[in-house]
Amino acid sequence: MAEEESERRGGVHVSAVHLKLGALSGVVEQALLSSFEMAAEDTSLQGARLLIENIPVRVFCPKCSSERQLTSIQNFSCPVCGAPTPQITCGRELEVTALEIIQ
Amino acid sequence: MTEPRLVEVRKNVLKQNDVIARALRERFHQAGVFVVSLVSSPGSGKTAFLEKTLTMMRPHHRVAALVGDLATENDAARLARSNAPVKQIITGTVCHLEAAMVENALQDWDLVDLDFLFIENVGNLVCPSSYDLGEDLRLVLMSVTEGEDKPLKYPTIFNSADVAILTKLDLATAVEFNWDQAQRSIQSVRPGMMVINTSAKTEQGMSEFCDFLVRRSRMRAAIAV
Repeated sequence: MAEEESERRGGVHVSAVHLKLGALSGVVEQALLSSFEMAAEDTSLQGARLLIENIPVRVFCPKCSSERQLTSIQNFSCPVCGAPTPQITCGRELEVTALEIIQ
Repeated sequence: MTEPRLVEVRKNVLKQNDVIARALRERFHQAGVFVVSLVSSPGSGKTAFLEKTLTMMRPHHRVAALVGDLATENDAARLARSNAPVKQIITGTVCHLEAAMVENALQDWDLVDLDFLFIENVGNLVCPSSYDLGEDLRLVLMSVTEGEDKPLKYPTIFNSADVAILTKLDLATAVEFNWDQAQRSIQSVRPGMMVINTSAKTEQGMSEFCDFLVRRSRMRAAIAV
């Protein structure tokens, strides 16, 4: 995908890929880093850095009527009042947010 | 050398799969088929559960199944005993199903001939959680022999599923299964999750499960109109 973007811009070299990784994305940071390196080989991304921003799970607490950050994905309850919090507001991301390119 | 320039892109990495899954969901809705996927660890009884479900539903509904497996066609052969149309998807070394595999497998099936389509994923509680298959309902199965804390060990898959099915309830006493503890684990990772107790062997909970599917499919049909 990042390569497509680089081609679209006339084959510029990508020096870094910024990515948001949610705690509920089902993807492990370490595995992503090593597979990125492999996938980038012999492409316009060779040698590019993968900069991962880890996104914790945030939920909406119906009792407090506010957004809270979970302390653990094994416990979907409000860290303040303890109410169950099924409604997730973020934490599923696996999203490329930006590329650093060298013209 | 010029300084690198930062350009924003904002693209979901699994986008390709999501695009296909969305198209599949649209097709399923138009054809009026209710699609149910099953995920679980290997050996938790997906195939036995599905075989029983197909056998019980087939006299009243038009049912079919796709079954994903790494290597063998054994599961498809077992499911075919229900006399429902069944197709195996052999994934090779891939540990999960993707929307494109489902799309390929459905090429020569006419979806309007079906009321219910079941998709049995590869036995794996990790990777399938990230892949939308266009299903209406995702079931996560957990057998009583697996340990009550399974949801705490695999919170992501339990969180991506809609309903939890406890299987092999006939073995609960033998393995001293603690139902309350299992229920607490499930509710901790997915508050409000519906849990259905079943045994494919004794048929405990099976007709309740089939009734539940029929109700859910009617609900969806009502929303779609």
